Amino acid sequence: MSNELQTAATHTESLGNNQGSTEPMNEATSGPKIIDPVFTLEEVSVSYGKYVAVTGVNLQIPSNDITAFIGPSGCGKSTLIRTLNRTNDLIPGASVAGKVMYHDADLYDSKASAVEIRRRIGMVFQKPNPFPKSIYENVAFGPKVNGRPKKSELDAIVEKSLRGAALWDEVKDRLGASALGLSGGQQQRLCIARSLAVQPEVILMDEPCSALDPIATLRIEELMMELKKEYTIVIVTHNMQQAARVSTYTAFFVTEVNPLGDLRTGKLVEYDETRKIFSTPLDPRTEAYVTGKMG
Amino acid sequence: MSQTISLKGRLSARRSFIDGTFRLFLYLSIFISLGMIFWIVSSLWSQAGWLLSWDLLTQYPSYDIDNAGFQSPLVGSLWVVGIATLVALPTGLLTALYLEEFAGKGNKFSRLIELNIQNLAGVPAVVFGLIGLAFIVRGFVKWGFTVGSAAAVIAMLMLPVIIIVSREAIRAVPPSYREGALALGATPWQAVWRLVLPSAIPGTATGSILAVSRAIGESAPLLLLGALSFVTFNPTGLDSPFTIMPLTIFKYASDSREEFQILASAGSLILMAVLFVLNLIAIILRDIATKKRNV
Repeated sequence: MSNELQTAATHTESLGNNQGSTEPMNEATSGPKIIDPVFTLEEVSVSYGKYVAVTGVNLQIPSNDITAFIGPSGCGKSTLIRTLNRTNDLIPGASVAGKVMYHDADLYDSKASAVEIRRRIGMVFQKPNPFPKSIYENVAFGPKVNGRPKKSELDAIVEKSLRGAALWDEVKDRLGASALGLSGGQQQRLCIARSLAVQPEVILMDEPCSALDPIATLRIEELMMELKKEYTIVIVTHNMQQAARVSTYTAFFVTEVNPLGDLRTGKLVEYDETRKIFSTPLDPRTEAYVTGKMG
Repeated sequence: MSQTISLKGRLSARRSFIDGTFRLFLYLSIFISLGMIFWIVSSLWSQAGWLLSWDLLTQYPSYDIDNAGFQSPLVGSLWVVGIATLVALPTGLLTALYLEEFAGKGNKFSRLIELNIQNLAGVPAVVFGLIGLAFIVRGFVKWGFTVGSAAAVIAMLMLPVIIIVSREAIRAVPPSYREGALALGATPWQAVWRLVLPSAIPGTATGSILAVSRAIGESAPLLLLGALSFVTFNPTGLDSPFTIMPLTIFKYASDSREEFQILASAGSLILMAVLFVLNLIAIILRDIATKKRNV
């Protein structure tokens, strides 16, 4: 499987634009023209049992850039980001309909390995979740489960990853200390370093700053701007200013309640360049949300 | 004009009565449980403390009071419980891991197993003895009245307890550890082996200490497995005949001569001391494991 994904990725890169092969998008979500997207979602719906969390999503996510998912609670944005590296597989009853393409490989192909997919597409969670191990062991965890690196290689990976997450200078003298002793912001940067250590292409961030104070949030945002040079980042955020500050593209979701009022389903309303979403949105619901009249 | 505020916070008579009574009950419960242990140990000590000597540990059971001791039953007890623990601990831990991490939660088969384990924990020990007599001592295995038969039956007794407490300990490991590990491309087994299991060790150890303590004092099932015999040599292997501490104490206590009844009290003191030492070792090992985990 690993090889298959590998060839798929390189194949796309060598071909460059594969825009022609994908279906034209419908009007409501006619997003920006994205060249060589990392993810292409076509009519994606995610359900938990009978309950449909989010439906009819069409969008393309560009590489080496930051794409934000925003919207009110229950609009399915977290559900959607979790389908991008098959983290939803872990929830009993979760199912995905439609097509989720990573370059030109289908993430939900029966032969695709969720383990390999998650290695390539990392994830940082809402609440910092360092392992109850040392700082060093936290970063070394990924490389260790994916192979048997030599001690010297591992040392280099740990340093590079911690530097990449702008944490090295703060922890270089106490790599053997427990990660649980770090502050919340440091823990979240450690979690980012941990995902950098397995050299992913994409980092998914599910409300990475919602448990952090404004200063720690700022540091994570600066870090994201730095990381987008090498990685593709998708972020779910409740904080509209954050989306406006860091992202290049923004997808706005809403919750639609059925006529009986007992089922709520998330829908993608508008997807475009962030500056357009925040200045000249096409849909009145987007405008209401970004100006603070709704949500 | 400043206002005078009283912070003396005097509780109403009813509230302070309830508060005081509750506290009284707490102290009373501690007093009762500690008092029982103190009472047992002190009455044994006053009766037989003067008799304690290394001779009791080096001499074998005998009808001659001057030569009577506890070596073979003590060694027999340690053999039986030691081997039973070696079998039951890994088996129980792996069963718990399977049930918690890998078996489908709503799966009928795993619910059937679960129900059976809970029932097994409530089966009287003597029933396990009968099963051992029928199937292991005689029956298919025909192992006879040996250390091996006894260890097998004691292991069966310990298993449900170990499985139940291990499951609790595994369930208490935050799901965010598993999610974090899987997001780095770990396989489910790697996540369990490297994170869940180490985090569950302290809880599992506590339950296992209880199971071992109960097993070392167990006598009813072993009564049926030939432990009441008069054995004046130490077991040398799984096929050796054996006797155990509780039954030797019982035999001495039912002798009509008073010296032997005092000897039985001395035996009880030795058994309690052994139990105390075993628990102490287990607690120290557990604390080392916990410290190592937290760095």
